[in-house]
Amino acid sequence: MPIQVLMPALSPTMEKGNLSKWLKKEGEPIKSGDVIAEIETDKATMEVEATDEGTLGKILIPEGTADVAVNTPIATILSDGESASDLGKAAAPAKPEKAAESAPPAAEAKSAPAPRAAPAPAAPIAAAEPDPEVPAGTEMVTMTIREALRDAMAEEMRRDPDVFVMGEEVAEYQGAYKVTQGLLQEFGARRVIDTPITEHGFAGIGVGAAMAGLKPIVEFMTFNFAMQAMDQIINSAAKTLYMSGGQMGCSIVFRGPNGAAARVAAQHSQDYSAWYSQIPGLKVIAPFSAADYKGLLKAAIRDPNPVIFLENEMLYGHSGEVPKLDDYVIPIGKARIVRSGGHVTIVSWSNGMSYALKAADELAKEGIEAEVIDLRTLRPMDTDTIVASVKKTGRAVTVEEGWQQNGVGAEIAARLMEHAFDYLDAPVARVSGKDVPMPYAANLEKLALPSVAEVVEAAKAVSYR
Amino acid sequence: MAAPKKSVTKESGQEKGNGSDHPPEFTRDQELSALRDMLLIRRFEEKAGQLYGMGAIGGFCHLYIGQEAIVVGMQMALKKGDQVITGYRDHGHMLATGMEAKGVMAELTGRFGGYSHGKGGSMHMFSKEKNFFGGHGIVGAQVSLGTGLAFANRYRGNDFVSLAYFGDGASNQGQVYESFNMAELWKLPVIYVIENNRYAMGTSVTRSSAQTDFSKRGVSFNIPGEQVDGMDVRAVKAAGDKAVAWCRAGKGPYILEMQTYRYRGHSMSDPAKYRTREEVDKVRHDHDPIEQVQNRLLAAKMSEAELKAIDAEVREIVNAAADFAQHNPEPDPSELYTDVYR
Repeated sequence: MPIQVLMPALSPTMEKGNLSKWLKKEGEPIKSGDVIAEIETDKATMEVEATDEGTLGKILIPEGTADVAVNTPIATILSDGESASDLGKAAAPAKPEKAAESAPPAAEAKSAPAPRAAPAPAAPIAAAEPDPEVPAGTEMVTMTIREALRDAMAEEMRRDPDVFVMGEEVAEYQGAYKVTQGLLQEFGARRVIDTPITEHGFAGIGVGAAMAGLKPIVEFMTFNFAMQAMDQIINSAAKTLYMSGGQMGCSIVFRGPNGAAARVAAQHSQDYSAWYSQIPGLKVIAPFSAADYKGLLKAAIRDPNPVIFLENEMLYGHSGEVPKLDDYVIPIGKARIVRSGGHVTIVSWSNGMSYALKAADELAKEGIEAEVIDLRTLRPMDTDTIVASVKKTGRAVTVEEGWQQNGVGAEIAARLMEHAFDYLDAPVARVSGKDVPMPYAANLEKLALPSVAEVVEAAKAVSYR
Repeated sequence: MAAPKKSVTKESGQEKGNGSDHPPEFTRDQELSALRDMLLIRRFEEKAGQLYGMGAIGGFCHLYIGQEAIVVGMQMALKKGDQVITGYRDHGHMLATGMEAKGVMAELTGRFGGYSHGKGGSMHMFSKEKNFFGGHGIVGAQVSLGTGLAFANRYRGNDFVSLAYFGDGASNQGQVYESFNMAELWKLPVIYVIENNRYAMGTSVTRSSAQTDFSKRGVSFNIPGEQVDGMDVRAVKAAGDKAVAWCRAGKGPYILEMQTYRYRGHSMSDPAKYRTREEVDKVRHDHDPIEQVQNRLLAAKMSEAELKAIDAEVREIVNAAADFAQHNPEPDPSELYTDVYR
């Protein structure tokens, strides 16, 4: 049967074009790949190549015709053994079936009302699990956050031979911030790997190894340097499970200090909480207490998804009590009420909790009982715990070291408006880092960060006191 | 610009060598297998171009026509368990690894029966079963990822090799050299296959590259490299055998610059005005990878009819794939939220 050549679409948006020139005449033989015509759009001139072999039977649209709609038959090709008398039987290549929601042709659209797009199904809601019970009488061990992180990694490496650590200075130097101290001695150079200073490259190698089924812990000396690796984290790690229809994901932890350190200025002091927590496919954890650092890092290493684990350099030396249990794992995605109170809710995470808790002490002296929530996980965010608290207090203050625009505090405020609007007695207040790159001078640096006084002031303002 | 060198396996880098002007002959079975595999890619891509023209395939669609000998020849050098990863011009690689034409075509049309259930498209397809790791849309990203696959092989102590394909364009990305450094430092079993088709989108290699001999791109990392006639499937296979042996022996990475040519534009919406029709026609006429095999088979007394029968068989597979790809349903709306996390 003769084959119809259709007016091709040469770009995703092309609807029509001009048939400027025929390069083959009727009756001429055609080989697959031959240029048979030229087409012109407002953007470019393109050549139409034949994809079938035979003879050009009939030209249906003469050259010089303007505005030929895509998919209009423009010629017929006769296969071997066919003659001009077969032309009437021409078959168009099968047209694609149009999806139900696709827009009607432009002409119809003017008169007929546009069909309503099928609504997107509701997003699934992740229910967070509570913290595991710590049995009464469990011994509590006081350790630094640095030690809690090291223990978490060591325990998971003993448990699973596919877990390994890579990064700059993690092995022989024992960690730039001594977080990986002793790991090389216990696990050897095969599993504790010093990399060159090459964040983009080793992040990609880590993701590739994870795609092959290993469980890498990639340490960034600080998250400021992970910006060089951002493409691999987001485009390769976060999106592959979805793009592969669930076939191929990657279980990987990217960890390291995040946020402001002290007196290292703008390029070494930035909070990436908002950046990573915007990305579907990533989980983002930013704990405050030593016990949470340990339990959540263990959960992150076991999680089958890519996890961003944001630590804080200022907290590494802080000590806290960690339950002495064989396997202390805290579920990802659950906030913790650190201090109960009925007057105002303060929500924070990571080092922001330092300001929040001190502010709560100050407020208590003035008779304001603050409920302080440590989010611990930023994605998935435990909206339920925040909303339940605000339904009780009617007031909320968020505290973060990051910038205000499109920040995590902005997200919390939006969620409260969506889920607790009727319970709010005052607008949500945000305490945040100031809208400037981090300055070096000690006095300016202090001003650029949130302060206890600002949190106290915000809590009073939403309480109209 | 000169056409790719004919039947040259020139050594560069550290290795000085035993390169000969003629690649080893194929057996008749090898010729037939190579012909069939290359024809399948060619016909598949022609059909994809046609479906794109009909609006059945959306977005970007980068065709592999002209470069078929590379993936087919390299695949002949691999064994089961070796891994393959590439960029966005990936349909040929998928078919070469044995992924089914209908699953690939249905992904191009965005249907549930596609390899990624319609959620990846032309540039993002994977097959765990066939050890094909994508299908990556960011130029050069697959080089680090492929190095990571090799890292996993070395970590596990097996003798599998990872093949990371990329183009002359990706060769100018920084992470390529970060990967080269670590691959040689840690002796990772990865073959970097640089498909030099002479144009990074519309920019010719001479306009984009200070060093246009891509086999030398690993010199400062002590990675050996060779230039290969990527239009001759026998030369590709011979070079692949050598590189694979090098990697399996634990000697570290290897670079193969495949000199090739893409007949079509960079993507379907590229009119390719940066080169002359004569240049394209000359390569097609003088160096076509498929015609080379056909001519050798004809010289070895195979009949035109037998060759046509192979073509007909391949066309049938492609037509069935196109049919499946147009009638298979789109993903259910409930698929919107699946596979974000597991």
